[in-house]
Amino acid sequence: MKAVCWQGVDELTVERVPDPGILNGQDAIVKVLATTTCGSDLHLLGGYVSAMRPGDVIGHEFLGEIVETGPDVRRHRPGDRVVVCSIIGCGRCWACRHDLWSLCENSNPTPDLAETLWGGSTAGVFGFSHMMGGFHGSHAEFIRVPFADHNAFPVPEGVEDTSALFTSDAAPTGWMGADLGGVKPGDVVAVWGCGGVGQMAARAAMLLGAERVISIDRFPERLAMTARHVGSEVIDYTATDVLAELRERTGGRGPDVCIEAVGMEAHGLGPDQLYEQAKHQLKIEQERPFAVREAIFACRPGGSVFILGVFSGTVNRFPLGAMMNKGLTVRGAQQHGHRYIPMLLDRVARGELVTSHLATHIMSLDEAPLGYDMFKEKKDGCVRVVFRPDM
Amino acid sequence: MKRVVIGVVSVAGTGVVVGRWLASRRRASSPVKDPRAQHRWMAVTINCHPDDVAPDGRLPRPLAQLDVEVRVEKAPGDRGTELYARPRAPVPTGRAAVLARLRGDHPREMVRTALRQVKSLIETGEVLRPDPDLTRERPARAGRARAKVVDMALARAAGEERL
Repeated sequence: MKAVCWQGVDELTVERVPDPGILNGQDAIVKVLATTTCGSDLHLLGGYVSAMRPGDVIGHEFLGEIVETGPDVRRHRPGDRVVVCSIIGCGRCWACRHDLWSLCENSNPTPDLAETLWGGSTAGVFGFSHMMGGFHGSHAEFIRVPFADHNAFPVPEGVEDTSALFTSDAAPTGWMGADLGGVKPGDVVAVWGCGGVGQMAARAAMLLGAERVISIDRFPERLAMTARHVGSEVIDYTATDVLAELRERTGGRGPDVCIEAVGMEAHGLGPDQLYEQAKHQLKIEQERPFAVREAIFACRPGGSVFILGVFSGTVNRFPLGAMMNKGLTVRGAQQHGHRYIPMLLDRVARGELVTSHLATHIMSLDEAPLGYDMFKEKKDGCVRVVFRPDM
Repeated sequence: MKRVVIGVVSVAGTGVVVGRWLASRRRASSPVKDPRAQHRWMAVTINCHPDDVAPDGRLPRPLAQLDVEVRVEKAPGDRGTELYARPRAPVPTGRAAVLARLRGDHPREMVRTALRQVKSLIETGEVLRPDPDLTRERPARAGRARAKVVDMALARAAGEERL
């Protein structure tokens, strides 16, 4: 089959690789119908995530059709159109039973790397390095889905592929930020980042009852898209002082909930950007936490900050004093998608959650290197590239 | 040229991370060297009732095949059952321990792996197998070096850190 393989820093190739097969009784083989780029792929592409091996197939946000099931799969059969959560859960360990799916204790066959770096392991993730289990990614014609009964979700009839696709990762990640960030009716919520996840977080905050939602980014087309499709207020952080702007828009309090949806390659301004970029390039420190710092400073005393962006290592100049003295609640997680995906698919079917506008570019797998270049450089207003293996 | 430099820095970075990781296996993780490192119980917490861990006193196969001491305790709250194990025989030390770890037959690593497998078998009915390496050719020297470093780390990724 055809697959998009990571070969090294900023180097992707489209290769012929062996088709996946059933390795465990609870596996299913899914024919990929649509698979999309995600901002976190850029960390892999840039070499900032440990334990990538040349030849690894990338991609983790996808939708497809089941073509084969192992003997122990009960809930699915060939022909089912399913969206698959990017996080792999076993469905039966303590973490999965408590809806903490990205902490699954049985789905990462190589947990020691994460345990050593983080003091504990996490779930397996499709196409996201050998730290997360080394599973092949979805930018391919077929993919093996372990524990298929728990990780694949039927797509309601009438929901288009490009709408359901984003309930694999962007929509549940965004929803989790608003939900576990504690958004409640009447809150003012600020969201850093107007990519797919940031837009979904902003929309989730609205649906959970926030009175005002303010999205922050620097790309005019993303800010315009967020204002148009999500309906939040927007701030261009290259044109104004974000902290002053947020204070003014919130009666001097600051937002009740701040959601960071940017991650380790955040862009800053001025000397700070140069300093962080230098450390990043020299691998002295992997993270550039501009948005996290700003969220902590901006948040109202006693408020909540949720970190959705992907980070992998340690950070210097973390505002621990602000966090402690302002009594903030700071949380983060890889997405616990399984607890949200069925609900999100229903909302997409009812038209409450619009996702298809995120697919600004649709390409074949052969065009993946070009697609990632456009995605990385934000060319032509690119927010997400969707690859269709059948093109 | 830029790509070569970034590639070299990247491989070196991975090497440093993996090197530190490997080194961490030989050094105490706190300023105090663990005096019981060779004898500590290793444990997993399994999401089931204690009676389901060793029905009729029979241990699940991955552990039953090893010469181990075992104890089973109810976990606090709703967390299930704590299953503890450690090798009965003295484990190798010094150079012999390093060689055993490289060969993958260090008794403590084997117990750790068995505990993980028991947990997965009891909770899910299977031990998840990783996807196979698809790469037939390493296109560039930097790629080959990087793959080797990652392979080295992965070969030791079922060791005896905590779960």
